[in-house]
Amino acid sequence: MSQETIIDENYRMPEPVRVGEETGSLTRVFQQLVFTVDHKKLGLMYIGAGLLFFVIAGFLAALMRIQLAFPNNQFLPPDVFNQSFTMHGTTMVFLVGMPLAFGFANYLVPLMIGARDMAFPRLNAFGFWVFFFSGLFLYFSYVGAPGLYAAGSAPDVGWFAYSPLTTKAFSRGHSTDYWTLSLLLGGIGSVATALNILVTVFCMRCPGMTLGRLPIFVWCMVVLAFLVILALPCLSACQIMISLDRYLGAKFFDTQAGGDAVLWQHFFWIFGHPEVYILIMPAFAITSEVIPVFSRKPIFGYPIMVAAVVAIAFISLGVWAHHMFCVGMVSLANAFFVTSTLLVSVPTGIKIFNWLATMYGGKLRFELPLIFCIGFLFQFLIAGLTGVMLAVAPFTWQLSDSYFVVAHFHYILIGGLLFTIFAGIYYWYPKAFGKMPDYKLGLWHFALFSIGFHMTFLPQHFLGFLGMPRRIYTYQDDRGWDTMNLISTIGVAFQAAGILFFVFNLIYSYIWGKKAGDDPWDAWTLEWATTSPPPEYNFAKLPVVKSRRPLWDAKHPEDPDWKHE
Amino acid sequence: MADVSPIRSYISGFLKPFISTATAAFLLFAPGAASFAAEPQAIPIPEIHRVADIFQPLSRPAELLLEPTHLVLLICFGIFIVVMAVLAYVLIKFRPRGPEDHLEEPPQVYGSYNIEMAWTVIPCLIVFVLVLVSARSIVEIQDQHMPEGALKIRLIGHQWWWEIQYPDLGIITANEIHVPVSSKDGKQRPTHITLESADVIHSFWVPQLAGKTDLVPNRVNQTWIEPFKTGVFLGNCAEYCGTQHANMLLRVIVQTPEDFQKWVENQQQLPAEPKDAIAIQGKKDFYDLSCVSCHKIDSTPAEGVFGPDLTKFAIRQTLGAGVAANTPENLHAWLHDPDSLKPGCYMPDMKLSPQQLDSLVAYLQTLK
Repeated sequence: MSQETIIDENYRMPEPVRVGEETGSLTRVFQQLVFTVDHKKLGLMYIGAGLLFFVIAGFLAALMRIQLAFPNNQFLPPDVFNQSFTMHGTTMVFLVGMPLAFGFANYLVPLMIGARDMAFPRLNAFGFWVFFFSGLFLYFSYVGAPGLYAAGSAPDVGWFAYSPLTTKAFSRGHSTDYWTLSLLLGGIGSVATALNILVTVFCMRCPGMTLGRLPIFVWCMVVLAFLVILALPCLSACQIMISLDRYLGAKFFDTQAGGDAVLWQHFFWIFGHPEVYILIMPAFAITSEVIPVFSRKPIFGYPIMVAAVVAIAFISLGVWAHHMFCVGMVSLANAFFVTSTLLVSVPTGIKIFNWLATMYGGKLRFELPLIFCIGFLFQFLIAGLTGVMLAVAPFTWQLSDSYFVVAHFHYILIGGLLFTIFAGIYYWYPKAFGKMPDYKLGLWHFALFSIGFHMTFLPQHFLGFLGMPRRIYTYQDDRGWDTMNLISTIGVAFQAAGILFFVFNLIYSYIWGKKAGDDPWDAWTLEWATTSPPPEYNFAKLPVVKSRRPLWDAKHPEDPDWKHE
Repeated sequence: MADVSPIRSYISGFLKPFISTATAAFLLFAPGAASFAAEPQAIPIPEIHRVADIFQPLSRPAELLLEPTHLVLLICFGIFIVVMAVLAYVLIKFRPRGPEDHLEEPPQVYGSYNIEMAWTVIPCLIVFVLVLVSARSIVEIQDQHMPEGALKIRLIGHQWWWEIQYPDLGIITANEIHVPVSSKDGKQRPTHITLESADVIHSFWVPQLAGKTDLVPNRVNQTWIEPFKTGVFLGNCAEYCGTQHANMLLRVIVQTPEDFQKWVENQQQLPAEPKDAIAIQGKKDFYDLSCVSCHKIDSTPAEGVFGPDLTKFAIRQTLGAGVAANTPENLHAWLHDPDSLKPGCYMPDMKLSPQQLDSLVAYLQTLK
């Protein structure tokens, strides 16, 4: 028999179906998420994971507020309360604030500078998964820690884990180790992502996109990435030192063996204060995009806005010891850190004034992003002013570690950062999903969340004035703290209702929202030049830029921006 | 800066509604508080200031803090009003007017060198003023030289109670600092406190007397108070120090010099020997059980230093670093199961029998 006879001419080899590519398979969706190196998907995954951890940490906060609603309340035992505020703080800083910042940076930086992806897509995916696993690892302490030798549970040393509470003598079991290793792991992911952002911005800009034409959003992300690279390794070093102390008998912070408790505070806050500015950077970034578009004017004073961000970052590296006014530093050191801290207020003030000047003389459009940004301006102003107060060491001698401080940084992180995160999500939602977010649901979200936020945190300023320290799980009924604590707790219900409206809006608009089109806000930066949602390669043809507002130039050929630069 | 009194009255007016809320809450609970004041040997216990309002200081370092505090509050309030007024003006003036308003873009303004310069320089000037005022206040409070005759106290933080030593008077006690009242003119002696810690970081904070200073292991910090009014002042540990951070409460009892002298003399004497049969049995139980490994009673075999010194235990107003009033019932509950009052504290449940409980309570009541 010749070979030809056994070959069926009509036979076609079937296309091989690779694992997970069966149509409609859940495996396939999963595979797309796990294997993707697309900056847009990773950006959304960062934001999604950040919001997930936000809900978890918010739940912990609600538990603590219920415990504090009444004096001598028995809702949570002290150890559970202490674990809750430790996990709440750690989560909000490392698993909510930073991932949300990286999410926005990932999604928007390549689009805004006219690039097709981040410089290192695989490193990008690596950064996300390392962060995500560090978060899972931290929460695994709830189930993992008691099961191991020398029982413990979730970490309970506070998010700044002052030594010697973290030494073996005062923290038995493995709860502190979960905290340490989780942050060490997360730090690796953060540095990787920060490097990626820097390389992307410096090497991948489209023709004509000089550094002087970068959107301020991108500038803020560059500054954020620099701060991450400078600050996070300090934290990693701290974590390694604690582990050495705990397991190899090093004596850096072990006061029982002559170690230095204050050394830890210096090391931690050298990381910790720049970290605060890392967290607020997305707020500056988003506000600087939203306010011009909805005021129909370019940002007022672009060069000074960029200079202010750089100045804030620079000064923030030299203010760490204002967290330590009470540890007994010499008066000269205290005075120095008062000075450096107060200096931060100058560039911060410039930013607020320039945003106001951008709105001045414009035609405001009260869409959801602008409404949230106005909330931000109001709350950030209050937070900034309480920050000025806390910079004055004599004031801080009374109020450090009191509820005044709690109120201050929640005004920054919720009233400032979170409000702009909402603004950013509403602003870029049409770009990411091609649907408009629902306006009415968004207004409900804004109203309920604002009311709840102010109810919860405004009274806490006055609790501080009346001598209530933070991190106490209970208080007696005769200190004058009852009423304001109760109001504060009731506010949580409003906040939770606001968040429900927000989540519902995201789902509702995805299914039933109006089609958005490529440029629903009539905006000016490059991400609006491509389709909504953008294709995997972002731009079919790389754009060429002549000014800071490329889409303005295209829409107004009679008066393009580059004539004014 | 010579006279800030108008500023003060202005600020206190601004804060009045909040302070009166606090006061109302205080009045509401004041009757319940009467049970706290156990009567020790006819030395009168002065009024208890339960609401520790930082704007009503009754001692010198806390009062000195008020000047920069009022100044920075006033400046910040002024800035707040100005910026909010501008924001409100902008939002109203440039609000959308009609559906056709958007057809035309507003004039494009890119910036203004002069305006930006103005709002860079003015904040710099404000910062300059605040730096000078803070620096003066820091030096005035921190570098204060204590006169020779100052009362010296050594305050040692433990998880979760305060050890108080009077090195010049040979007194060791816990959780309640007794000091004589000083006077504004400096004729009466101030109190100089050195702060140390036996384990983790704690922080001394009695808002109406002085701002915070931390108690750091391996370090000796300093603070001072110069109260000019008698009274009992409440404070908390203000640095997170572990499970029972919340119930690490501190009282400072400011007495007239005569009452303070009486207290000192009483502290320097040994407590009378118990006379009741039950209290005698309690004393025996105290030494037979392991109480003595942690607690100390002067001139007895009880030499423990891990827990508070109990030599004059019955004079103290509270138990467990302020967690409950020092009454026989509370003491009974505390000895029966310390965790029921202060979960997680280091005093163990000794599984005492009811007879042992009764006799120990009776004995401890005699330690005055």
